[in-house]
Amino acid sequence: MEFFKIRKDIPFMKHAVAFNAISFITFVAAVFFLFSRGLHLSVEFTGGTLMEVSYSQPADLNAVRDQIAKLGLSDVQVQNFGTARDVMIRMPAVKGQSSAQQSEQVLTALKASDANVQLRRTEFVGPQVGDELAADGLKALAFVVVGIMIYLAMRFEWKFAVAAIIANLHDVVIILGFFAFFQWEFSLPVLAAVLAVLGYSVNESVVIFDRIRENFRRYRKMGTVEIIDNAITSTISRTIITHGCTQLMVLSMLLFGGATLHYFALALTIGICFGIYSSVFVAAAIAMWLGIRRDDLIKHHANKAAHDPDDENSGAVV
Amino acid sequence: MNRYPLWKYAIIVIALVVGSLYTLPNFFGEAPAVQVSPAKSSVKVDLAVQERVQAALTAANLTPDALTLDNASLKVRFDSTDQQLKAKDAIQQALVPDANDASYVVALNLLARSPAWLTSLNAAPMYLGLDLRGGVHFMLQVDMPAALTKKAESLAGDIRTGLREKNVRHSGISRNNQTIEIRFRDMETLEAAQRVIQDQFLDLQTTSSPDGSDFKLTAVINPVAAKRVQEQAIKQNITTLHNRINELGVAEPVIQQQGTDRIVVQLPGVQDTAKAKDILGRTATLEIRMVDDSAEARSAEFGNGPVPFGTERFMDRNGQAVIVKKQVILTGENLTDAQPGFDTQNQEAAVHLTLDAKGARIFKDVTRESVGKRMAILLFEKGKGEVVTAPVIRSEIGGGRVQISGRMSTVEANDTALLLRAGSLAAPMEIIEERTIGPSLGAENIAKGFDSVTWGFVAVTAFMCIYYMLFGVFSSVALAVNLLLLVAVLSMLQATLTLPGMAAMALVLGMAIDANVLINERVREELRNGASPQSAIHAGYDRAWATILDSNVTTLIAGLALLAFGSGPVRGFAVVHCLGILTSMFSAVFFSRGLVNVWYGRKKKLQSVSIGTVWRA
Repeated sequence: MEFFKIRKDIPFMKHAVAFNAISFITFVAAVFFLFSRGLHLSVEFTGGTLMEVSYSQPADLNAVRDQIAKLGLSDVQVQNFGTARDVMIRMPAVKGQSSAQQSEQVLTALKASDANVQLRRTEFVGPQVGDELAADGLKALAFVVVGIMIYLAMRFEWKFAVAAIIANLHDVVIILGFFAFFQWEFSLPVLAAVLAVLGYSVNESVVIFDRIRENFRRYRKMGTVEIIDNAITSTISRTIITHGCTQLMVLSMLLFGGATLHYFALALTIGICFGIYSSVFVAAAIAMWLGIRRDDLIKHHANKAAHDPDDENSGAVV
Repeated sequence: MNRYPLWKYAIIVIALVVGSLYTLPNFFGEAPAVQVSPAKSSVKVDLAVQERVQAALTAANLTPDALTLDNASLKVRFDSTDQQLKAKDAIQQALVPDANDASYVVALNLLARSPAWLTSLNAAPMYLGLDLRGGVHFMLQVDMPAALTKKAESLAGDIRTGLREKNVRHSGISRNNQTIEIRFRDMETLEAAQRVIQDQFLDLQTTSSPDGSDFKLTAVINPVAAKRVQEQAIKQNITTLHNRINELGVAEPVIQQQGTDRIVVQLPGVQDTAKAKDILGRTATLEIRMVDDSAEARSAEFGNGPVPFGTERFMDRNGQAVIVKKQVILTGENLTDAQPGFDTQNQEAAVHLTLDAKGARIFKDVTRESVGKRMAILLFEKGKGEVVTAPVIRSEIGGGRVQISGRMSTVEANDTALLLRAGSLAAPMEIIEERTIGPSLGAENIAKGFDSVTWGFVAVTAFMCIYYMLFGVFSSVALAVNLLLLVAVLSMLQATLTLPGMAAMALVLGMAIDANVLINERVREELRNGASPQSAIHAGYDRAWATILDSNVTTLIAGLALLAFGSGPVRGFAVVHCLGILTSMFSAVFFSRGLVNVWYGRKKKLQSVSIGTVWRA
């Protein structure tokens, strides 16, 4: 079986402007929603208490809300979680009252009206932890961006590093834009997914850049545009199959992972889709506009043979 | 050209054998067990205890599956939860006749069902995180400024005594947060005092300044001492938490310091979360101070006058006001134990306190000087003080053994003892993060994570086998080996597996297949360009390697960032993610090449390889 029978190189770079325009518009829209709607941050970031309770029958959310309102707690969100029988309750932190007291109080109130209610999970995060988590998240993002840029600049050239990071950061912003637009809950696992996607879609750009470098060496007479077109065309089947396989895994998480992994898998799905787009259409085009040349890469030839000495699998090349 | 030297095959075989061995324990599952561990440092769980347990079980007509005694605890395994619960009651009765004075912790636990020969190889199943087994997680922040303030307060008292002994006359010592201010009439006495402080109080650094017509000496705790105070405070709090948790009877509690001022407590399998929170959440500190019995204080007690200088007004448990001097005689630090009991003379309910050597000495001095006066034991919870009890000192008390009795019921004595024990924390703590996962949710999460990995794996391998034929089969086997090695490494490291960790496992498998896709596509391309099958395989693996390495390094950078900056669930994700990338480099490149070499490498006149359709332009 073979999906891709491409006889001629596809002239991707001819349409580079159009592709980048689409990309730019999506990006701007994402930024717009990020600012206008903001992220729906989970308790981990905002601080507060989260409770998950389960009923034996489908729960009456309004009744639950009334019972909690009677306790005098304000700003409480009550919603279904996963199934109709599971209810998630989010409460902001109250000064002078520990989370233990708060959740006990709520559970007692709920038990009073329906003895079958079961506490499945509580989570309390103090406001100072929330701020720290947000700061750590940003630090991690910065670390990834800088780390990847340094590595790419070493292995290839700074132009590739810049192109790859622009393309993939725009993926990250678009994922965040989706979360802002739909007001999906942005939690720690989602943050992990976003960073994992960043690393993963840089992969994609690396594969294409690798091919560009190889083509520069192999086809001495070809121009930069043709070389890029050829590189993308000859890797496109691998790109789609790889992402398809990863998406199969993510889909399985989406279907079987339950509510806890739902947004995690969703973030990955968006990341994978836009990862393909940005690597294929955006990263190479940016590198082209930054003016990559044959000379930039060939001088690195000597370095290429030297593998990472720390990598135990260096010897695998036989 | 597609041959591996023997040693490479040997590496593969060894990796597979070791991998399987360490993965194996995960398949046996866990059996219900009862765990007996010492509740005090003075008792040991040894063969004698084992015999008592065995006797108790025989008496209750229970036969355990296995009985293991390791250096810290005795674990008794059963084949049903029903038996386990019965056994726990039987053992509890035999070993802990008095619940108030427990020498042993008898707790329910889950024990790996793996056979003894595996256990002897140190092969244990992965450690399941709280979100998979249920339990409570707390993060507590120790209030360090409070610890330092308290230290300053007790130092201020010591300075007062020190100056009196050396006959240095001062006109007042006061504490302002963490600084101690001493006033003097003239410069000479100030200098004399400064010398005394420099000689006797190495923890303090002093500066002098004029203060109106007087002179002022300001002493602050120096950074080295401050650091030591903080370290001691957190250590003391951890010890106290250990003791409190022992009261709960948890099999494998985790109590760890995180950073300089935080403590993480994890209680897996705890069902009664309310009680756990109650006992842990009691973030209290204890202080013993003198009650002011002067006339002004009396009137202030009834609300008829201002609180005299140098005293504070606190309420006792019955809502009655007590005027207490600010000077702290003893803190929870000096209290080593508090137990409910009975007065030996009149059989009244009483609380017995044990003080450490320093505490005993101070206590002796104070009680000698103030027979007939009252002393108050104060408990501070979240900055709010409460008088637990304010007994009258009847005689000088030496030896560090103190008995509080009179007008107390047995229940009250119990409560007070518990409060005092709980109160012997060096500094107040506050819960800043808390997670409770019910046991049913844990089991569900395991099932969900397992399903995600399984079905994702099935889908990917099915696709690979159809699309790349035999090479797809090789890739699938390599992917399975990746999973095997990943689980083995996680088990070996005894890393904690969480639901995000399982998600990372699924994700890493999805990403690892990338390497094989790259290789297979490369081989096809070489074939398309007219290379012979053998050289196509060779060139395919060779050329794909650099790309695979590059792409794995970038993914690894992201993984490491998560590991470095992540906490809680993200960390669990990152550990599996990073390890998975490393194992995938072995399995997807080195191992799959080995498979191909075994299959095709020996065929000299290879006409075609089974890698799906290769169209030619």
